[in-house]
Amino acid sequence: MNQRVRPFNPRGRVALVSVLLGLAGCALVVRAVDLQVVSKDFYQEQGDARYLRDIAIPVSRGTIFDRNGEPLAVSTPVESIWVNPSELLAHAADRIPELADAAGLDATSLREKLEERSRREFYFIKRHLNPDAAQAILDLGIPGVASQREFKRYYPSGEVMAHVLGYTNIDDQGQEGVELAFDGWLSGKSGIKRVIRDLRGQQVENVDLIAEAQPGRDLTLSIDRRIQYLAYRELKAALAEHRASSGSMVILDVPSGEILAMVNQPSFNPNARTAIDPAYRRNRAVTDVVEPGSTMKAFTISAALESGKWTPHTPIDTNPGTYSLYGHTISDVHNKGLIDVTGVITYSSNVGAAKIAATLPSERMYDLFHRFGFGELTGCGFPGESSGYLPIAKDWGPVEQATIAYGYGLNVTPLQLAQGYAALANDGELHAPTFVKGTRNPSRAVVDPAIAASLRGMLETVIVPPGGGVRAAVKNYRVAGKTGTSRTAVGGGYQKKYISLFAGMVPASAPRMVGVVVIHDPQGVFYGALVAAPVFGKVMDGALRLLDVPPDNVQSWYAAAELPAKTAAMPAANYEEEVPE
Amino acid sequence: MIARAAVLLSLLLATIGSALAVVNARQQSRLEFTELNRLANERDELDIEFGRLQLEQATWADNNRIEQIARAGLGLVTPAASDSVVIRR
Repeated sequence: MNQRVRPFNPRGRVALVSVLLGLAGCALVVRAVDLQVVSKDFYQEQGDARYLRDIAIPVSRGTIFDRNGEPLAVSTPVESIWVNPSELLAHAADRIPELADAAGLDATSLREKLEERSRREFYFIKRHLNPDAAQAILDLGIPGVASQREFKRYYPSGEVMAHVLGYTNIDDQGQEGVELAFDGWLSGKSGIKRVIRDLRGQQVENVDLIAEAQPGRDLTLSIDRRIQYLAYRELKAALAEHRASSGSMVILDVPSGEILAMVNQPSFNPNARTAIDPAYRRNRAVTDVVEPGSTMKAFTISAALESGKWTPHTPIDTNPGTYSLYGHTISDVHNKGLIDVTGVITYSSNVGAAKIAATLPSERMYDLFHRFGFGELTGCGFPGESSGYLPIAKDWGPVEQATIAYGYGLNVTPLQLAQGYAALANDGELHAPTFVKGTRNPSRAVVDPAIAASLRGMLETVIVPPGGGVRAAVKNYRVAGKTGTSRTAVGGGYQKKYISLFAGMVPASAPRMVGVVVIHDPQGVFYGALVAAPVFGKVMDGALRLLDVPPDNVQSWYAAAELPAKTAAMPAANYEEEVPE
Repeated sequence: MIARAAVLLSLLLATIGSALAVVNARQQSRLEFTELNRLANERDELDIEFGRLQLEQATWADNNRIEQIARAGLGLVTPAASDSVVIRR
């Protein structure tokens, strides 16, 4: 029996087992630390990604109102259908024709597009559907098809307001006009919320609000929709009557510089998202320049009065109706002979204006024009605004100075011209024009109030016979204004195309509104007095009534004491003077 | 001994109580959150409805349409200057 039995050593075994168990325990701890501490973020993220989703909360763009609170641009929700191409192709490829049919698309091209994007997870197949149509597509229950709320902009005033408002693109971002200029104000910030979703993509629970949604803010413009419509209607009618190619009209509120109306022709429908000829989209009243022609004489005469060398009644000889200056001949339509400074405005004498300008230092004339805002951006903030062109004084030779005196050789936008006339109307205080109601732009004095007042008196003579602007007259109101006609400048020369202008203010005794009408390329008659002035008169007739401006030139007065008993008994009796109470 | 048991028991009860309170608070928070979402959605729907109605009103109140109805349908005219009188008080 030499069976050898290894001696049993319980201690060794216990030690071995202990070590093994200890190692296993360590391994578990290490693994646990790895999972819970070292790689926690990774695993947490992976876990969350399987059921948490961050979802954008769409916000609507602010509404744009006119000065009386009428909506001009409103965002309303629409549904856009999108698909997850990989899911749709994997699970319901056979239902593509059904989907295409419901969405009004071509099945073959839809399939091609989906296959091109088969690795992607998001593809819009149809945008901006009304909610009912979108629901009909969703009701088909095709996997991988979902809808997303978006907003579409509507412009109830259509082409009447198109140029001022501009428009947005399909993603509701401002592209032109006020929509672009105030994009940051109008567009909100979409929020983000975190939700728990189940297997079928249904939201089970809202977990967290990551970023609060900030809806877009509303904007109240200074535009009056009713006056805007009047201006649009009359301008359109005038363009049709004179077969003119384009035109603009601007109306400013004199005490504040607010833009009450700004219309252009041709226009476009901002609600139809079709390709529009860029020429139709331009807000010509702000982006396009014209040579102002005789409308500029108001500022030349302002400079003359400011120099102290001239008064409204200083005589000036315009015989023989032409004036030669260094081989350049300036001529009047009719020879008016000996007239005074007021007559230069009344009869729109180029010779008179040129002769007066010849006595003024060019720096002083430039300085006055510049103070009235010519050659500078108005600061209205409209995208693409043109600053016009006013050559600096040291580039003015005698001929340049003479031509600038009657409105050639410089460029202005219709808005700049309105701004300048508004300063004359506002006793020499110039307000930068604005599109936003209640902006209260500070004014600056550009000319002595007495000079502005005498200019208004001279401009009034234009509207009454024998002045040239009688067609701009408004019944019951006194009107002051100036007509203008200029040739279109193209490539350095002057074509046989004309621009008819009128700039004026009503009521002349205490101006409330300034209006500028510019009509390009009228056929047949082309004088500002015949083409542009009537538009001014018709629009202001309605605008004065809309704004409740009291008439300052009425023939018929009734005293309050005589009402109501005698009213019926005395129809339309003319009281020449005011009846005291 | 009894004092120790009482402390233990009260701690146990407090633990259970706070656990139930947590459950309750969680439930409340879910309910409130659901309500908040419902109200936010309702607000959005009302805002949207308001915008739609504003749009509709603006479309009906279109100056061109009103002018057509006033002139053609109702035979209204703009009073001529000779028809207007001014009353001074």
